[in-house]
Amino acid sequence: MKKIIFAAALIAVGAMSAATAAQAAATLNGAGATFPFPVYSKWAYTYNKETGVKLNYQAIGSGGGIKQIKARTVDFGASDAPLKAAQLDKFGLMQYPMIMGGVVPVVHIKGIKAGQLKLTGRNLADIYMGKITKWNDARITANNKGLSLPHQDISVVHRADGSGTTWIFTNYLTKISGEWAEKLGNNKAIAWPTGLGGKGNQGVAAFVSKVDGSIGYVEYAYALQNHMASVLLQNHYGNFVAPTASNFQAAAAGADWKHAKGYYMVLTNQPGMNSWPITGASFILMYKTQVNPAQAKEVLKFFNWSYNNGGKAAKKLDYVPMPEAVAKMVRATWSKVLRDRSGNSIWK
Amino acid sequence: MNTAKNKAWGDAAFKGVTLFFALGILVLFAAIVANLWHESLPSIHKFGFSFLTSSAWNPVKDDFGALIPIGGTLISTFLAMLIAVPVSIGVALFLAELAPAWMKAPFGVAIELLAAIPSIVYGMWGLFVLSPIMADHVQPWLSAHFGFLPFFTGPSMGIGMLTAGLVLALMILPFIASVTRDVFLMVPQNLKEAAYGMGCTTWEVVRDVMIPYGKKGIAGAVFLGMGRALGETMAITFVIGNAYHLSWSLFAPGNSIASTLANEFTEADSDVYLSSLVELGLVLFLITFIVLGLAQLWLRKGNPGGGQ
Repeated sequence: MKKIIFAAALIAVGAMSAATAAQAAATLNGAGATFPFPVYSKWAYTYNKETGVKLNYQAIGSGGGIKQIKARTVDFGASDAPLKAAQLDKFGLMQYPMIMGGVVPVVHIKGIKAGQLKLTGRNLADIYMGKITKWNDARITANNKGLSLPHQDISVVHRADGSGTTWIFTNYLTKISGEWAEKLGNNKAIAWPTGLGGKGNQGVAAFVSKVDGSIGYVEYAYALQNHMASVLLQNHYGNFVAPTASNFQAAAAGADWKHAKGYYMVLTNQPGMNSWPITGASFILMYKTQVNPAQAKEVLKFFNWSYNNGGKAAKKLDYVPMPEAVAKMVRATWSKVLRDRSGNSIWK
Repeated sequence: MNTAKNKAWGDAAFKGVTLFFALGILVLFAAIVANLWHESLPSIHKFGFSFLTSSAWNPVKDDFGALIPIGGTLISTFLAMLIAVPVSIGVALFLAELAPAWMKAPFGVAIELLAAIPSIVYGMWGLFVLSPIMADHVQPWLSAHFGFLPFFTGPSMGIGMLTAGLVLALMILPFIASVTRDVFLMVPQNLKEAAYGMGCTTWEVVRDVMIPYGKKGIAGAVFLGMGRALGETMAITFVIGNAYHLSWSLFAPGNSIASTLANEFTEADSDVYLSSLVELGLVLFLITFIVLGLAQLWLRKGNPGGGQ
C-alpha cells in the first residue's frame, strides 16, 4: 500500500514539474490595476488560444503594479494613474496607454433604476465630503423633479484599498470642487471624511448592492455585471449624460496624445456635448532597458496583438479601445525607447 | 553497560534536538520583532509617540496615526468576548454535563467543524447573510429600544463595528467551547459524585465544583479565543466597513489593525505609508503580547493553582 502511494506521489510530482516547465517557456507576468482587469483577462484568454502564450496578470491595484514593476518582479506593471514624465525618468520606466473606460457612480435607493437619478459634479463632491447627507436634500432634488427621493441617510461607499479608480474619481472631484482640491486632493487613496470602504471594485459593488441608501463608484464593467443603478452625471458642457461606451469615446476623442509627454493623459471633465465626465485611460509600465529582451518582446507582441485585435472584445465589455493613430505612436515609442542591455532596439 | 551508554547518548541527543527547536521559536520571535522594528523606523522617526494617539490617516499628506485601528481592534475583540465567552461556557457545560450521551458526539464534532471553517467564509457569510439581517431587523430594533444609548445610534447599514463583533464572536466560539468542554470532562468523576451525594443540584455542582476546578483551563481557552480575535483579518475586513472615523456608535463603520493591513499593504506607495503599516503590525504584536502577558500574570498571582 505504502509503495503504491509513494509511486502515485512520484507521478504527481513529475507531472507538476513537467507542467511548470512547459509554462515557463511562454508566460508573461504582469500586475496592477483592477480597472482594466476584465478586458485584459479576456484578451489573454483569446491570445492564449491563438498562440499558446500565457498571461499571468495579478489585479492587485495600480499602486501595487507600480511597486511590483519597480521591484522587477513582473514583466510589466499596469496603472490607471499615469506617472509624470519626471517620475518615469527617475526610475528608468516608460509607459503607454492600453485601454480607456469610465468610472461610474452607482446608487442603491428603493425605486430608483439605472439612468434615473441626475447628479451634478458638485452634488457628488458634497456627498463624498459628507455635506449632503440625505437623498431628498434640496441640492439633489433640484435636478430630479419627477423622482420621489426618500428622506434617507446617504451611505457613502469608497475604496478601502489604494486604487487607480479612486485616482480617476478624485481627479474629477478635484477639478469640480475647489474645497475638495484643497482639503482632500487627488490620489489613489485619500483621507475620506465619511463612508464605508470596500476592497476592490468588487468590494464597493458588494457594499452598494447590500446597503440600502448607498452610493459608490466602480469601473463600468463592474456596474454592468452586477446590474447596478448608475446615475446620469452632468458634464463640462452642462448635459446630464449616461455612462455608455459612446460617451466614454466622446470624452476620449479630444485627447491630444501626440503632445502628451510620456503619454501622461487625464481624461476627466473633458469638453464635448456627450462626454462622460469621469473617463480615464489605463497604462502599462515597463523598464526602458530590458534585462531579458526576449521576454520583453513577447510582452510587446501581446499588447500589439491587443491593439490590433482587441478592440471588439473591449467594446463588448464597454471599454474604449485606443484609436489606431495612438497605437501607431506607441509602436514608434517602443522601437525608439525599449533597448536591451547593449543598446539594441527590441521592437523593430 | 553498552545499552546504558547508548541510552544516555540518546537522551542527550533528544534533549539537544528539542532544545534546538525550542530555541528556534525564540530566535524566530526575536527576528520578527527586530524586523518589524527596523521597517517601522521611518514612521517612528516621523511621528514618534503621537503615532499611537493620532486619529489621522491621510495617504495624500503622508500623515498617519494608529488610534482608530487600535480602537477598532480592541472594541471588536471586546464585543466578541462579551458575546462568545458566556455562550461558549454554556455550550461546553451542556455538552460535558447535561446533554444525553447520544447527543454529545455529534454536537462535539459539529462545534469542532465550526472551528475548521476558513475565516474568509465567515466574512462572506457576514456580508451576504448577516449584515442584511442586522440592517433590516437587529439594528432598527436596537435603536428603537436602546437608542438613548450612544452605542445604538446612526443609520442601520448592517456593516460596522457591531456586525464585526458578532462575526468575530461566532468565529472564536468553537475554540473556546471545545477547549472548555475538554476541561470540564477532566473534572474527576468522584468529585462530582461526592457533590451530588451531598445533595447538590446540577447548577451547584457546576458553579462550586466544575468551574472552580477548571478555572485555569477555561481562562486558557478564553485567551486562545482572544488571541485569535485580535489578529483576525479577512472576516473583519468584509464587515467592519474599513473607515477611519471615531464614533461612539457601534453601528458606524470602523477599522481594525489587521484589516487596515489587508486593505492597504499592496498599495502603500510612499516609504512612510509602508512603514506606518509595518508599525501598525508591530503595535498589534505588542497588544497581543501585553494582553497575553497580563493574562498569565493574573492566572499566576490572583488565582494560584486553579481548583486543585
